[in-house]
Amino acid sequence: MTHYFNGLARVLHWLMALLILTMLFIGIGMVSTVSPRYYELLTVHRSIGIVVLVLAAVRLINRLLRPVPPLPADLPGWQRFAAQSSHLMLYVLMFALPLVGWAMLSAGGYPIVIFGSIPLPPIAPHGDQLFAVLRTSHSVLAFLLFAIILAHLAAALFHRLIRQDDVLKSMT
Amino acid sequence: MADDGHNPDDAARSPPSADTLALLRRRPVQAVAIAAILGIAAAAFAYTGGWLTPDRLSPARFVDGMQQAHGVFPGFRRSHAKGICLAGTFMGTPDAKSWSVASVFNGDPVPVTGRFAESTPNPYAPDSSDPVRSMALRMPAEGGEWRTGMNNTPGLPVSTTEDFFALVFATAPDPQTGKPDPAKVQPFVASHPEMAAYLARAAAKPLAANFVNDSFNSVNGFIYVAPDGQRRLVRWTMRAEAPFSSLSQEEREKAAPNYVFDDLLAQVAAGPQKWRLIATFAEPGDPNKAAELWPEGRREVDMGELIVTHVESEAPGNCRDINFDPMVLPPGIEPSDDPIAYARSAVYSSSFRRRMGEPKSPSAIAGRSAEAPQ
Ligand code: HEM
Ligand code: HEM
Repeated sequence: MTHYFNGLARVLHWLMALLILTMLFIGIGMVSTVSPRYYELLTVHRSIGIVVLVLAAVRLINRLLRPVPPLPADLPGWQRFAAQSSHLMLYVLMFALPLVGWAMLSAGGYPIVIFGSIPLPPIAPHGDQLFAVLRTSHSVLAFLLFAIILAHLAAALFHRLIRQDDVLKSMT
Repeated sequence: MADDGHNPDDAARSPPSADTLALLRRRPVQAVAIAAILGIAAAAFAYTGGWLTPDRLSPARFVDGMQQAHGVFPGFRRSHAKGICLAGTFMGTPDAKSWSVASVFNGDPVPVTGRFAESTPNPYAPDSSDPVRSMALRMPAEGGEWRTGMNNTPGLPVSTTEDFFALVFATAPDPQTGKPDPAKVQPFVASHPEMAAYLARAAAKPLAANFVNDSFNSVNGFIYVAPDGQRRLVRWTMRAEAPFSSLSQEEREKAAPNYVFDDLLAQVAAGPQKWRLIATFAEPGDPNKAAELWPEGRREVDMGELIVTHVESEAPGNCRDINFDPMVLPPGIEPSDDPIAYARSAVYSSSFRRRMGEPKSPSAIAGRSAEAPQ
């Protein structure tokens, strides 16, 4: 039995935490302004978003192949359930947000260009209703992700400061 | 990082499975600290999203203002609602590629789609009521795509986004007359010398009789990147090859309500319609402000020819469902520091998001098309 996430898992965890939080702030920040920041941030947003998608794939493979530490044996059942289901949701959203972002630009008939001049192919057909659904989903899923990240943060601090167990340590 | 020699299995370190509330009560300071951290994170998020600063001019607030002042027709563009799709080809001149490395200027024919429109948000407005016409284009390019939206106006009445937002309200039609209310326009003109200059320019410029002999300006400034890496501030015009003619206001009012579109359909059915893309390069010190035209004598370069061979009414999947965002630029064409171009990108996106989800109905130009004979 292992007590820690492996090195790759820990590096990816903190790198992606930083990138995803940055993406959430860039996302809501850019759509709040008509200043040049809208365009500048959206340009960065697409590129980092695709990086997150690639890292999420590496992370998932690592998660499935490598053993992970168990939760503390004395954790109440509901907290165990909350931990497992929120971790599952975090994985789902890590994929869903960039995929929905990419698909919605496809459905909107936009070119999808990252890092200045790398065009990506469309991954969804061009269509008005599909665009509308995906655009709304991108917002709703982003808010859901932020809420789950807050809960995840609260839980990590709860383990460290209140239960004073080794859950946070297993990822640091 | 992790291995500090401490044994995480040490059972004494884990409290016995206890009621979580009791646990929290045992460590109130830590509990409050956690709540504070969450509160700060949520507040930072809310601030970034603009929810704590309702004065921030967001794209949604801009479009709300346009709708409130000028009306809204669900399913249609919040501006330039009355339009028709176009298709054709663009071909760069041999000279063009020495001014911009964008692949659209490499001399090969490039397939073009786009849209002619009138600036009104009302897709049923009579053509005689709207002198502002537009041409929007998109073409595939290496490393991206080029989209441009151009107007037939001689520049803009204002140069900043904030002034444009104020202008939206100053020019709101009076519900009684359907025309802008002089009591609102006058103070705006008085406090904005750019607007007075614009009105004088616009009054001096006769209105072209139709789309095919009208010319369309980028209005905003962009940057062309030359092969030697030099970056030049540029504005461009799609200049009609068809000879200029004009109609009097009486003739316009007597004409059929969709006469500008009727003419376009008939002209394209008679033959391909042509424009030349003329780039005008700024000289050092020329203002990159949409309300200020550059002095005569600036270097003009013929970048290529646009040939329109097909027009058709808006329908699912054609130009109806495209956002002609002028900031969709390929390598070789870059944004400048003209703030209006950035604002357009943000505002068009908000308009696009709204209209795409709304039920669609035909505009006044429904079920029509024309193809130029070969
Ligand atoms: C980690 C992944 C991502 C996160 C967390 C994220 C988050 C967000 C957020 C919070 C918003 C603002 C939502 C709102 O309007 O309420 C947003 C908007 C947007 N995102 Fe993402 N996003 C991600 C990935 C992507 C990707 C990969 C793309 C495209 C390739 C993309 C394209 C967009 C676009 C185009 C907008 C809206 C711009 C507009 O409406 O004008 N996003 N995103
Ligand atoms: C801050 C200034 C401006 C604002 C807020 C504004 C707003 C809008 C909006 C909301 C749309 C509808 C977009 C859509 O749903 O697809 C639109 C369309 C359009 N605008 Fe502007 N506009 C501005 C300045 C300009 C300028 C300077 C030009 C031209 C030089 C221009 C040319 C066009 C054209 C050509 C279209 C129609 C594109 C099409 O046919 O789909 N606009 N504008």
